Amino acid sequence: MAEPRAREYWRRNIRYVLILLSIWFAVSYGAGILFAGPLDSMRVPGTGFPVGFWFAQQGSIYVFVALIFVYVFLMNRLDREFGVDEVDAEEDDAR
Amino acid sequence: MTIAAWTFTLVALSFALYIGIAIWSRASSTSEFYVAGKGVHPVANGMATAADWMSAASFISMAGIISFLGYDGSVYLMGWTGGYVLLALLLAPYLRKFGAYTVPDFVGDRYYSQSARRVAVLCAIFVSLTYVAGQMRGVGIVFSRFLEVPVDLGVAIGMGIVFFYAVLGGMKGITYTQVAQYCVLIFAYTVPAVFLSLMITGNPIPQLGFGGADAETGTYLLDRLNGLHDDLGFAPYTSGTKSTLDVFAITLALMVGTAGLPHVIIRFYTVPRVRDARVSAGWALVFIALLYTAAPAVAVFARTNLIDTVSNTPYEEMPAWFSNWETTGLIAFDDANGDGVVQYVGPAAVDGAGDPIMNELTIDRDIMVLANPEISGLPNWVIGLVAAGGLAAALSTAAGLLLVMSTAISHDLLKRGYRPDITEKGELVAARVSAAAAVLVAGYLGINPPGFVAEVVAFAFGLAASSFFPVIILGVFSKRMNREGAIAGMTVGILFTALYIIYFKFVNPAANVADNWWLGISPEGIGALGMAINFAVALAVSRFTPAPPSGIGELVESIRVPRGAGEAHEIGA
Repeated sequence: MAEPRAREYWRRNIRYVLILLSIWFAVSYGAGILFAGPLDSMRVPGTGFPVGFWFAQQGSIYVFVALIFVYVFLMNRLDREFGVDEVDAEEDDAR
Repeated sequence: MTIAAWTFTLVALSFALYIGIAIWSRASSTSEFYVAGKGVHPVANGMATAADWMSAASFISMAGIISFLGYDGSVYLMGWTGGYVLLALLLAPYLRKFGAYTVPDFVGDRYYSQSARRVAVLCAIFVSLTYVAGQMRGVGIVFSRFLEVPVDLGVAIGMGIVFFYAVLGGMKGITYTQVAQYCVLIFAYTVPAVFLSLMITGNPIPQLGFGGADAETGTYLLDRLNGLHDDLGFAPYTSGTKSTLDVFAITLALMVGTAGLPHVIIRFYTVPRVRDARVSAGWALVFIALLYTAAPAVAVFARTNLIDTVSNTPYEEMPAWFSNWETTGLIAFDDANGDGVVQYVGPAAVDGAGDPIMNELTIDRDIMVLANPEISGLPNWVIGLVAAGGLAAALSTAAGLLLVMSTAISHDLLKRGYRPDITEKGELVAARVSAAAAVLVAGYLGINPPGFVAEVVAFAFGLAASSFFPVIILGVFSKRMNREGAIAGMTVGILFTALYIIYFKFVNPAANVADNWWLGISPEGIGALGMAINFAVALAVSRFTPAPPSGIGELVESIRVPRGAGEAHEIGA
């Protein structure tokens, strides 16, 4: 892969990582810890969960799972776009 | 059938399954022994990683700890799952692309230094050894309580099983037994959780049930539990007592420590492609989340059940499980006011006249999951199933740790260190011998546990967080990071964290209170600060020392792009 293309690929990857890690931080350290106190005055609708407590013991974990699969989707798309996706060994030889 | 008969049957069946898989998946090359030939399907690897990661502590202790800590227990839930996001986004794909066998391999080659490799080997062995002692102990406790064999014999039986499939099959055998062990442990955890949820809230899904209404009174279960806590003088369940900063630091140390644990990282070397490493981390977290989202529900059910059963009940009327656990010493009742009634109260409890009430009941946190089915009167087979699940959790983690120790010796120290001319066959023999030796050491530590196993686990996380994590991240994300920066960062990070923990846990335990902590951060959370110091020192030192040789820039470039992962290769060898 040519130098500027490689740099662009890496720049896009870093941007995805930063966006996803901001969400990672917001749900766990934000909603689950730093703002858990104020959020606890509200309930998750239809349940007995205080909102901060729910993020700390349930919500953040669900979001973590989603974040990884979103990253997988974004990176597979990016790999294809830049032609660096992995193919089977035989196909690789043919290229 | 009795509880003992059910337990014996289920444990024997599960062990037969593990041995069968071990015979079917023997390793015939070092690649198969170290990384299962890099041919593991990402979903299977996700399951194996989940079993590898979830230890006796996750299965037996965690729900119990949360049950007593309430909101403060969230540090374990977030800390031990959030690390997988870091693994998937920052570590796993690049380490897979690098394509070596171990974590010290990466450190040694990326930083072109045998010293860096040896520091990494020492960390890997120390972290794994402390961990594995606790697992063997867990095996012994399950055996002694449910099958009434002595703890030592229980440890010996566990050692025998692990010996068989770790020495014979290496990573290949371990991977496929871990897949089976995951199925056993998640089934064993979910069945009682669903039963409890149905009994208490009428909702079969525990994750929803504990936010629902109590079937008897119609109030929200969490409100009812907070009310019970208030009446008995405990702090409210849904809001904690730890300082926000400390909760923050502990969560961060556990997350980063998870992402830096060598036995977790090497699992991502076993999949065929970089994209498989990414998605495999996702599957691992899905399988872990099944248990980790059920655990806080189990904690709430167990807490409510316990208070309802014991509080202000005459000692004479206690059910059979109470005396069973009393004989193990894990429950203790001391009738302080001599009225024959159990007063189970918190520090703020007062009677009608405003005088303080003495607490009369001590309960070991570890028994909550194991005793829960008995407390709730679930069928005998469920109790036997929980024992088999606890053993699966302990054995699967022990096997993963043993493999790290054996590869550290046969691959990192011999092949890549002192004996580079060793043949493939010789290395495989060395790997088997060191795996066998590691099993024996682990068994010895399980039978004669150092008195501080629980403390040492915090140590392992702190060390992993303050050593491996920054070094790997910088190795991938900074081309300028050099040997001097990495070694200085690792050394300062580890020393700072280790000294802080040693001071408060071993030298001066009496001073281990929030007022004396630096910045109010407990020894459990200090790894977060150690990690920050490692990053800072590494970046500073690398600015004032020579840039890495030109080949390193190309190595980093190639790690960053997925294409060409293919076969295992030895860079720089």
